[in-house]
Amino acid sequence: MSELQRFTGTDRYVATDDLMMAVNAAITLARPLLIKGEPGTGKTQLAQEIACSLERPLYEWHIKSTSKAQQGLYEYDAVSRLRDSQLGEERVHDIRNYIVKGRLWEAFESAVQPVLLIDEIDKADIEFPNDLLRELDRMEFYVHETRELIRARHRPIIIITSNNEKELPDAFLRRCFFHYIRFPDEETMRAIVAVHFPDLKKELLAEALASFFEVRATPALRKKPSTSELLDWIKLLVAEDIPPEALRSADARKVIPILHGALLKNEQDVHLFEQLVFAHRRAR
Amino acid sequence: MLVPFFFELRAAGVPVSLTEFLTLLAALRARVADPSAQEFYYLARASLVKDERHYDRFDRVFARVFQGAEQVFARLAASVPQEWLQSLASRVFSAEERRRVQALGGWDKLLETLRQRLREQQERHAGGSRWIGSGGTSPFGAHGFNPEGIRFGRQGGGARRAVKVWERREYRNFDDTVELGTRNLKLALRRLRRFAREGALEELDLDGTIDATARNGGLLDLKLVPERHNSSRVLLFLDVGGSMDGHVRICEELFSAARSEFKHLEHFYFHNFLYENLWTDNVRRFDTLTPTERVLRTYGRDYRVILVGDAAMSPYEIVQPGGSIEHWNSEAGAVWMQRLCAAFPRLVWLNPEPPASWEYNPSNRITRELIRGRMFHLSLAGLELAIAELRRPVSGTATLVGAGATSITQSPPPGVS
Repeated sequence: MSELQRFTGTDRYVATDDLMMAVNAAITLARPLLIKGEPGTGKTQLAQEIACSLERPLYEWHIKSTSKAQQGLYEYDAVSRLRDSQLGEERVHDIRNYIVKGRLWEAFESAVQPVLLIDEIDKADIEFPNDLLRELDRMEFYVHETRELIRARHRPIIIITSNNEKELPDAFLRRCFFHYIRFPDEETMRAIVAVHFPDLKKELLAEALASFFEVRATPALRKKPSTSELLDWIKLLVAEDIPPEALRSADARKVIPILHGALLKNEQDVHLFEQLVFAHRRAR
Repeated sequence: MLVPFFFELRAAGVPVSLTEFLTLLAALRARVADPSAQEFYYLARASLVKDERHYDRFDRVFARVFQGAEQVFARLAASVPQEWLQSLASRVFSAEERRRVQALGGWDKLLETLRQRLREQQERHAGGSRWIGSGGTSPFGAHGFNPEGIRFGRQGGGARRAVKVWERREYRNFDDTVELGTRNLKLALRRLRRFAREGALEELDLDGTIDATARNGGLLDLKLVPERHNSSRVLLFLDVGGSMDGHVRICEELFSAARSEFKHLEHFYFHNFLYENLWTDNVRRFDTLTPTERVLRTYGRDYRVILVGDAAMSPYEIVQPGGSIEHWNSEAGAVWMQRLCAAFPRLVWLNPEPPASWEYNPSNRITRELIRGRMFHLSLAGLELAIAELRRPVSGTATLVGAGATSITQSPPPGVS
């Protein structure tokens, strides 16, 4: 393991031991790493941090519901070629002028081993991952138009994220390492906040975290606040210079933590939380 | 040692394949993990388990198979040469920490303590299930200390490691989906995904364009085809409580299968029969109700409706206003069912009870009349039929039933099964 670089998190990203292990296993064996987890737990950021800490170029391929696997390899722009042919352009004779490279091709061509992020793979059609099996396995693909075989110069470090909207095919899963990012416990959360706001007052942090986990524990919230929302909220608290006591106000009229807009994202949730806290206070 | 582990995993229902097993072996050979039980656990989990729902099963098997095997790792660690440990430590520790180590009596002393701990741990571990010590008592102080692996993590104190990770079973609540047996249902439900090409012109049909252009003598003739996507939209209504309790399991299997198949899937719960309110969360059923009328209004006619229930109740619960056993309903359940049928022309009722018993049940007969015979058995065969029914094009004869319509014999039941 000594000759290879190990990923150990960065000064902006706190990686747990099991996450580090998954990343390092994926790097060492040059297999894709599939990352799942609640939204806002830093799945996408992981690829950026790996690229940054290992000093590799990062290629990002964001998947939409209309994405096709072929788009990641290349696209043949037949329409421009047809148009050029009608205008009698010279470049029409070389088909290479009309092959548009995709993100995967670009990553394959990189001079040093790159990091390739395939973001939110579950957004695409169910067949999408299957269409990429050979490409991810052998790290090569065939361009039919030019009869070329494109092979990766260095096997990229591939990070794939999924939000669990669809199940991924077994054949695809077999080829990946897998890691599920759990929602951080309070200790990890402290470390994460400390990384983002190193000079945060200790009491404020304690109070903010207490309020945050209280909000998260509310049953039936439509969207539970996640790490990224906590960080936003703390950023607001710091910017407004809120004293820690304000978060612990016993005043029944101010039942909701201040600046809650960063934590609760729809009005049903705010309303529900208000009701619950109010009922709770009254019961005491 | 690893081969039985592999088979134990399969027996426990973790879908591991040979490919994954070989990956794990390759990773071990590449020395991805340090020789410690915890590192091995993380590595094995990342390479063998591909779904967080299986994490808990994996943890349980791991604990069973490797019970006592931690000592092997410990012995491995105990035989680590001192130089290696020192070089490792100097790489990991800052100068200030190294000074603190010196204050504790230097490396020799420290290593001696470590060895002693490892011995202690072996003894103690034989009887119990917990690792020794917490970070607080360890000479490694704030950094935490992991005796079985000499792994000095960047974060987390010793206390966090006191219990083996796999014994904490943190992933237990991910295992709520019943995967066993859903495969059959899933197969059938997949048929629901309609790959029909419908919708606006969206996508360039390359082959068609080239063909048409060639036929056109080289003049560009663009051809477009609609984008293909999974457009099935489904509303799921589940009967809970009362006589359905025995069927809850099979309903949940259907539900977990359905969830992953559709882009648009909404589910609602009802009790015995459809009335003016539904709920989406069974725990909070008494305070967060959804008016049925809103459901009818919100979702378009292209939604397919699947009702799951045994339709076993008193007939009064269907035909009489106020017949509900739970609350006062001002309009009969039959009225609501007619409105549902009118709002969603494509609708089926899945019944977990065997069809042979349906005839003996008056409420079942009334229900089947209301939904014009579209009741099917909740089995693979029944699902096939139900899905064929849902796929059938809408005849367009369905008319909206007004609020005043109370007659339940309004629609004659053609072909009641």
